[in-house]
Amino acid sequence: MKDIKVLGSGCAKCVKTAELIQTIADEKNISIQLSKETSPEVIMNFGVMSTPAVVVDNQVVHSGSIPDKAKIESWITG
Amino acid sequence: MLSVFSDFASWLVYSIAGLHPDSKSAQSLHFFIEDTTKIFALLIVMIYLIALLRASLNIENVRNYLAKKHRGVGYFLGSIFGAITPFCSCSSIPVFLGFTSAGIPVGITMAFLLTSPLINEVAVLLLLSLVGWEITAIYVFTGMVVGIIGGLFLDTIHAERWLQPFALKAYQNAATNATLDDSVRPALSLKERHLFAKQELTDIFLRVWKWVIIGVGLGAALHGFVPDDWLQNNLGQNQWWSVPSAVLVGIPLYSNATGIIPVMESLITKGLPLGTTMAFCMSTVAASFPEFILLKQVMQWKLLATVFVMLLFAFTVVGWILNFIPLT
Repeated sequence: MKDIKVLGSGCAKCVKTAELIQTIADEKNISIQLSKETSPEVIMNFGVMSTPAVVVDNQVVHSGSIPDKAKIESWITG
Repeated sequence: MLSVFSDFASWLVYSIAGLHPDSKSAQSLHFFIEDTTKIFALLIVMIYLIALLRASLNIENVRNYLAKKHRGVGYFLGSIFGAITPFCSCSSIPVFLGFTSAGIPVGITMAFLLTSPLINEVAVLLLLSLVGWEITAIYVFTGMVVGIIGGLFLDTIHAERWLQPFALKAYQNAATNATLDDSVRPALSLKERHLFAKQELTDIFLRVWKWVIIGVGLGAALHGFVPDDWLQNNLGQNQWWSVPSAVLVGIPLYSNATGIIPVMESLITKGLPLGTTMAFCMSTVAASFPEFILLKQVMQWKLLATVFVMLLFAFTVVGWILNFIPLT
């Protein structure tokens, strides 16, 4: 199971990003471990400066915007 | 060229709605329609064009660039990049930490973060179209000076002492493991630039349109209903206390630059001295409680209070100076 974290200090786009990932995972019937990370310290340690950012299995794969659908699919299935 | 918006408003208010040009409500309505249509049109065109140009500028590159620069020019560059780098205010904490953990001094980071809300392309554009290039130049200059001097001051008093412990540790560790990955990105194609610009336009427009309506609405109310001499007589140049009061009034009011500039236009045409107007607007935009509470995550109270007082002091001094220099 993929461990996916959405990094961001609770801005609207971060919430949307997390929802979008969950929706796509549900559509594809893939179960994922999704969590939101709001601690500035953790975000800093990932070296991320623009939120929302997405971390898949401890690897930053995206930052600075709401990711598009194709990208999300590739993370979940990849 | 911009008179088309005035003509459109006249046509709508006087011909279609049939209001009398002398009535206060007609004047307010005219002001409102002229300014909203003008601002929206300018925003759409200019945000898109500017985004095309700066599509390749991102915060990571700015950080890496600043980290390599000498301290002396750092404040100046920090302030310039604060003005031109796009980033949402909800990202200020990650940006602060990203800079700090790269070993960039707190003062330079703050020069960046203080200038950022004050000056951006939307603000400059609105100023140019509403109050002319002279005041725009003064506004940009003042905003940068506040950022630069503020940054210098914070480093002089060794503000990093009052960071939250984890942030201070990251700053100190930066010296030892200073390896910034210079991720070289391939040059952007025109299509990628277009996509970026379209995205930026949608993002910024959705974020600021309501501020424009509120700002212009307030400006219109001031324009139509406050008597012409009232501001000048009561809050004019001869009342030294009007500048600090304007700064204090600006604190609880929270707006971004887009919302405040139409108000600024009204205040200036109503004869409020330039310095007082500028102090009020900058205080409204840059000294807001919600943003400061966010910074608490990385700063101790002492530093937070220092930055706050420093800003209020800076805006007051700026207001006084501008009031007493005869600029026109």
